[in-house]
Amino acid sequence: MSGFTLPSLSLLSQSILSGVFVGALYGLMGLGLSLSWGLLKLINLAHFAFAFLAAYVCYQMASKGVDPLLTLGVIVPAFFALGAGLHWVMARFKVTPFNSLLLTFGLMGIIEAVIQTIWTADFRKLESSYGEHKFKLAGLYMPVPELITLALAVAISLAVWAVLRYTDLGRAMRAAAEDAPIASAFGVNQKRNALLLAGTCSALVSIAGVCLALSFTLAPSQMYAWVGVVFAAVMLGGLGRALGPLIAGTVIGVSEAITMAVTAPSWAPIVSFTLLILILVLRPGKAS
Amino acid sequence: MKRTPLIIVAAAVALAFVPQLGLPAFYDSLLYLMLHWIVLATSWNILSGYTGYFSFGHGAFFGAGLYTTSTLLARYEWPFLWTLPAAALVAAVLGVALGAVVFRVKGVRGELFALLTLAITFVIGTIVVNTPIDGGNGVPLSGVPVPKIGPTQSSTFYLLALAAATVTMLVAWAIFVSKFGAGLFAIHDDEDAAEVMGVPTYRYKLMALAISCALAGAAGGIHALFLSYVTAGDVFTITVPLTVVLMSVLGGTRHWAGPAVGAVAITALLYSFTAADHAIAGKAMIGVVLIAAILFMPDGILLRLKKLFGKPAAAPGAAHAPSTLTAAAPAPASAAATTPANHGEVLLRVRGLQKSFKGVRALAGVDVEVRRGEILGLLGPNGSGKSTFINVVSGHYTPTAGEIVFEGRNLTGLPAHRIAAAGIARTYQIPRPFPHMTVLDNVALATMFGGAVPDPAYARKQAMDWLEFTGLAEKANAHPDDLNLHQRKFLELARALASRPRLVLLDEVLCGLTPSEIDDAVALIRRIRDQGSTIVFVEHVMRAVMALTDRIVVFNHGELLAEGSATDVMQRPEVMTAYLGKPHAPPAPPMEPAHA
Repeated sequence: MSGFTLPSLSLLSQSILSGVFVGALYGLMGLGLSLSWGLLKLINLAHFAFAFLAAYVCYQMASKGVDPLLTLGVIVPAFFALGAGLHWVMARFKVTPFNSLLLTFGLMGIIEAVIQTIWTADFRKLESSYGEHKFKLAGLYMPVPELITLALAVAISLAVWAVLRYTDLGRAMRAAAEDAPIASAFGVNQKRNALLLAGTCSALVSIAGVCLALSFTLAPSQMYAWVGVVFAAVMLGGLGRALGPLIAGTVIGVSEAITMAVTAPSWAPIVSFTLLILILVLRPGKAS
Repeated sequence: MKRTPLIIVAAAVALAFVPQLGLPAFYDSLLYLMLHWIVLATSWNILSGYTGYFSFGHGAFFGAGLYTTSTLLARYEWPFLWTLPAAALVAAVLGVALGAVVFRVKGVRGELFALLTLAITFVIGTIVVNTPIDGGNGVPLSGVPVPKIGPTQSSTFYLLALAAATVTMLVAWAIFVSKFGAGLFAIHDDEDAAEVMGVPTYRYKLMALAISCALAGAAGGIHALFLSYVTAGDVFTITVPLTVVLMSVLGGTRHWAGPAVGAVAITALLYSFTAADHAIAGKAMIGVVLIAAILFMPDGILLRLKKLFGKPAAAPGAAHAPSTLTAAAPAPASAAATTPANHGEVLLRVRGLQKSFKGVRALAGVDVEVRRGEILGLLGPNGSGKSTFINVVSGHYTPTAGEIVFEGRNLTGLPAHRIAAAGIARTYQIPRPFPHMTVLDNVALATMFGGAVPDPAYARKQAMDWLEFTGLAEKANAHPDDLNLHQRKFLELARALASRPRLVLLDEVLCGLTPSEIDDAVALIRRIRDQGSTIVFVEHVMRAVMALTDRIVVFNHGELLAEGSATDVMQRPEVMTAYLGKPHAPPAPPMEPAHA
């Protein structure tokens, strides 16, 4: 048992900052999941495996001397195709939302086994020039990989939000999520849009995977550790909302970081999940 | 089919002799694990498979039992077997406490319930790790004596798990074929409609959750001693719930035995790979099996096999074949017969009824009286509050103000299932049948709950009479998807009648029907009145209103505009204004104003 210790102001600010950084990654990981769940009615657990697969591919290419950010040029199209292909299968067999959860859970197990066969279960850490850079701003340490994650998460979330809100394609996708047959009757090419969206979701989560590789140590079984908290961010942020996961992820990340600073790291889950329970029970309409 | 429990018990007795065969101990352990997962998956299915509320918190309930037993053993040195009821109780109390909060919140359905239960798992896990219950280092139980039930220690665990699995399967079966089970399956299909038809949804969900948790807690208690070293890291995770969900869906969640089939298949599969030292391949293999199962057997192995072998898939509670034609169930005509003496007495009195939605006043204080035995037409332009009136009187909405008195009883603010039990039934404008139940079971559900018939077999007999009354007898074993609109509307009527209501609220039953179908429906509504029910009839089809109603009331902007006989009221200027706007020239023809 550790009692409460009041941390110094600078330590607290540094904690909050690290909470923002990890929250951004929660948001980026959850963005594709939220869009897929809200707009396609498919709960894609395989996103967690995609993120790790992308992280390992990035790790592999970086160890051959490729700049980690340049690997996005290969990873993003590849995962777009992977996601679209998976969606084609699920649409072909008319998989229901809960069955999609289980199907993608099965896929997660397969990808985990593939990763473990290729890269073993040992911990891997990507060594890049980004990780060595760190600078101080207003008395706070700013690690470069985390800053990249934050910038990417904000930029991508805003871009997706704008596309969904202001373009015909975005409107068509939201309409199809409300009522697919009616949207089709009004000339929305629902099948093509769904493939496009599913591919985009996977591409987004592969970017999250590259960010993961930049700042975290990788092990195949670690992918399950992200499921609970990213799910929380997705549901808290509202399904199918582009900015929701980022905002909710940041709230969770910061509350975890403060808890860790004030008490012990082992207490961290209780704050985020209690927060989640309270919000769901008190304002259930918001997340549904 | 009272054979089923006998088969379960006989199988259990036969399996109890397995330790006598003197197999190597690891077979006992493998069988133990299979039975262990049967208990967890089947108990999960009682709430989640039957009602459709997927719980991801089974790890928490299982863990609550596990830590109850380990704490009682390690700290208070209770005898092991006595800790098991305590483990079940703690898990059930935890579940009920959670359910009492969560199920009260109207917006918490499906996905939100799944997430909440997942969150609870992590919260409880964190508390356990950070308090002396676990302390972060786990609880060693190696010094605790294992009771001598079987010839060896491993066979003792096997026998304990066998007993737990037997009890769990019997409970799952008994619920499946009971009225309780039928109510749970109705919640799965359409919770609001179930409540309106008299299913006490809140209480039923809570009961199912309590039973589910208690069984998981007992399994946790046994598992604590089996592990002999308890750590929180393996318990309060997403792995336990995902595994049970996987097993249940693989086997089939709409059947009591489905999860058990899935549990045996998955455990055997996992074991065959770990035993052969191909753990990684095993993980991939399970993924492949799961994907194949979802794609090619989306209803689960069990229902798939049933289809293959030509046996019709058992509907919930459908252990008895409907043997209706020979049945001497009371004829509808004798139901709730009215005598001329009480004709004209006030059956329903609504005073000052108001309903507001965030500032929009859908009902602005209406007074309506419905007399016993009459057909009261409820008219008004779109948005005048007719459907809100039906929703408030049937208990779907709570009134903002005013009172509803039915047969002298004040029903204001009662939950919908109690209003259904008091003798008021309704139909929906867009039919809302339970899609996974047969037409017969749809009606039998109303008989069981609104009509308070406890025995599902007897309820089915009565339901068959109502299907004959409405002309749907030939469709008894069809599913609602196979019916056309006309038949679905009649199914709505049959369901409303099956609860033997004194008052039936019909919400635009004729809307969307062809003229000849309307004639059928008008004749049917007359027969409904003749067999003793009073009817409130919301309708736009004026021909039917004129033909059927004794009196009409007209709503406009949530207020009562006019009241009287149909021919009289429809010619009043204020009524015509409400429908057609202010007349500039000669008034419109009085007979067909509703088609404006």
